[in-house]
Amino acid sequence: MSAAELEVQGLTKHFAVGSAVRRSRLHAVDDVSFALRAGRVTALVGESGSGKSTVARILARLMEPTTGTILFRGGAPGDELRYRSEVQIIFQDPFDSLNPVKTIGHHVERPLRIHKVVPSDQVEGRVHELLAAVGLYPPAEIAAKYPHELSGGQRQRVAIARVLGVEPRVILADEPTSMLDVSIRIGILNLMRRLAEDRGIAFLYVTHDLAAARYVADDILVMYAGQIVEQGPIEEVLAEPLHPYTRLLLSAAPDPANLAPPAHIERTGGRAAAAVEPAEGCRFLPRCPLAVAVCSEVTPRLVEPHSGHAARCHVTAPSPTT
Amino acid sequence: MIAEEAIVVPAVDEQTETLLEVRGLEVDYGRARAVDGVDLEIRQGEILGLAGESGCGKTTIASSVLRILRPPGRVTGGEILFRGEDILRLKPEELRKFRWRNVSIVFQGAMNSLNPLMRVGDQFVDTLRAHERIDKKRALVRAGELLDLVGIDPRRLRAYPHELSGGMRQRVIIAIALSLTPELIVMDEPTTALDVVVQREILQQVDALKREFGFAVLFITHDVSLLLEFADRVSIMYAGEIVETTSAERLATKPLHPYTQGLLASFPPLTGPLTKLTGIPGAPPDLRDPPAGCRFHPRCPHCVPERPGLYTRQTTERPVLREIAPGHEVACHLVEEGDV
Repeated sequence: MSAAELEVQGLTKHFAVGSAVRRSRLHAVDDVSFALRAGRVTALVGESGSGKSTVARILARLMEPTTGTILFRGGAPGDELRYRSEVQIIFQDPFDSLNPVKTIGHHVERPLRIHKVVPSDQVEGRVHELLAAVGLYPPAEIAAKYPHELSGGQRQRVAIARVLGVEPRVILADEPTSMLDVSIRIGILNLMRRLAEDRGIAFLYVTHDLAAARYVADDILVMYAGQIVEQGPIEEVLAEPLHPYTRLLLSAAPDPANLAPPAHIERTGGRAAAAVEPAEGCRFLPRCPLAVAVCSEVTPRLVEPHSGHAARCHVTAPSPTT
Repeated sequence: MIAEEAIVVPAVDEQTETLLEVRGLEVDYGRARAVDGVDLEIRQGEILGLAGESGCGKTTIASSVLRILRPPGRVTGGEILFRGEDILRLKPEELRKFRWRNVSIVFQGAMNSLNPLMRVGDQFVDTLRAHERIDKKRALVRAGELLDLVGIDPRRLRAYPHELSGGMRQRVIIAIALSLTPELIVMDEPTTALDVVVQREILQQVDALKREFGFAVLFITHDVSLLLEFADRVSIMYAGEIVETTSAERLATKPLHPYTQGLLASFPPLTGPLTKLTGIPGAPPDLRDPPAGCRFHPRCPHCVPERPGLYTRQTTERPVLREIAPGHEVACHLVEEGDV
């Protein structure tokens, strides 16, 4: 397996919630560890409120973690400007992230100049190369346009061209396709796949869409209430999910390849909102069909029953020591 | 918990009687014609899915059916018949009765349309008392029963909207939409803002309630894969027109319009082999100036100058929705020439 470009260990983020008198702590991210590798796409999947966007924001250094380490190419992140150019983030809304009074060329050119990627006389040529690389043709014409003249899918491509300019090693894509129309979505996913393969970029693809994750990703991290509950190679995880939450997600997602009436889902009370002052025990317990006595007493750890495929469940991935 | 066991096998009649018929509907927003000659039919007790991309006119159809279209939107042609009566001609008083009594609507993000300062129960009471003579006490009892139907503890009547999760609020809206036992519920992206597990729970419930009460649903979404499982029949819209209508089953196995095929090929499968998908090249047209001929022709993989006769038709002649097999209608020159 290729070397880790970016690695996090024991990442935790707490937010203060409640009033000044009754302050409590929301564990938005709790003990999250994983590595992003060159040329691989890692999907981070979970419900809204599960903490997946918080993870992406911490990795982009838009937010400081409460505890935990970030390793960039095996060492401390070091110089802030360099880290920010090597680790880039793409946001969900391509309508919000471009300045309406500046041309597309301006947007793509700025990072090239700020990070002095190429001498100024080559900037224009590089802008055109980048636009062509994300499938925007003809580049010279596109560069002269304003954001409102482009469709949503084209704008998201501009956002990608802009981050590519600084030749990042890692791209954090936070729901990059969820605002786009379905027929456009696949194009962005294909582009991510191609950039990972051709340029060896490590991608973190944050999404709630399991089918899209399977289409584009090599590995998957499933988050529930701030914790990673299952991780591994995506085909293996989806074919033989260990954690009951992954199983629930799989049975709830519509599958165009399987038109048999989906299994009936029992309605349950809990949800994946991050835990406020969580007690010891499994966070999925209120919704879990497999729960046993120990689940309410001990917080399960991530255990790896098969090499590379781990889950946080006392029943399906019991810890060897308990 | 909804009493799943208590629901006896569908007491609904054969899905034959037409409840709502839309004929040649045209809706303009200024110079843009958002809906251009749409024909739709919803039968009693069925779920009709209406799918398409943003801006194709789906929501405009929903608004027209309830006559809640906002200016500059204006119906400029066609008729909307509910049990044979043209609702475009209803007087304000008749319209007030028609809404909620015959047809109700659940919007996308409707969960945010609950009044944050009113207890959930009072919002039911308002709806019920606006349409029938019922005292507050009895209205609250009814409200409790309705909440129970959608799987929420009736004690939650005393809750304020912010005390409920998004999924619960959306269920409250569905319960309010059910409160006057309408014959048709229009659902416009009712679960789009919700997580997939919650979405599945709500759809299951709608399906169970439909079996119990026999109402019909016009279900609008951009997610065709959802409709394949959930709807009885599906209409696909593109640039203000219906391009294909057929049963969900047939749509999944034998989609005929190239746009439908492209749309279905935009959803990667969750199981089975993975192949590289291409989506649909290009973008939907500007409705102020739609392409001549078939509106999909600039994006259509089958529209090539190498086939002059067909190409001329595709680029100049507007295709008409035709029944090419029982219950399967398509608007496509290629299909007409027997070539798909």
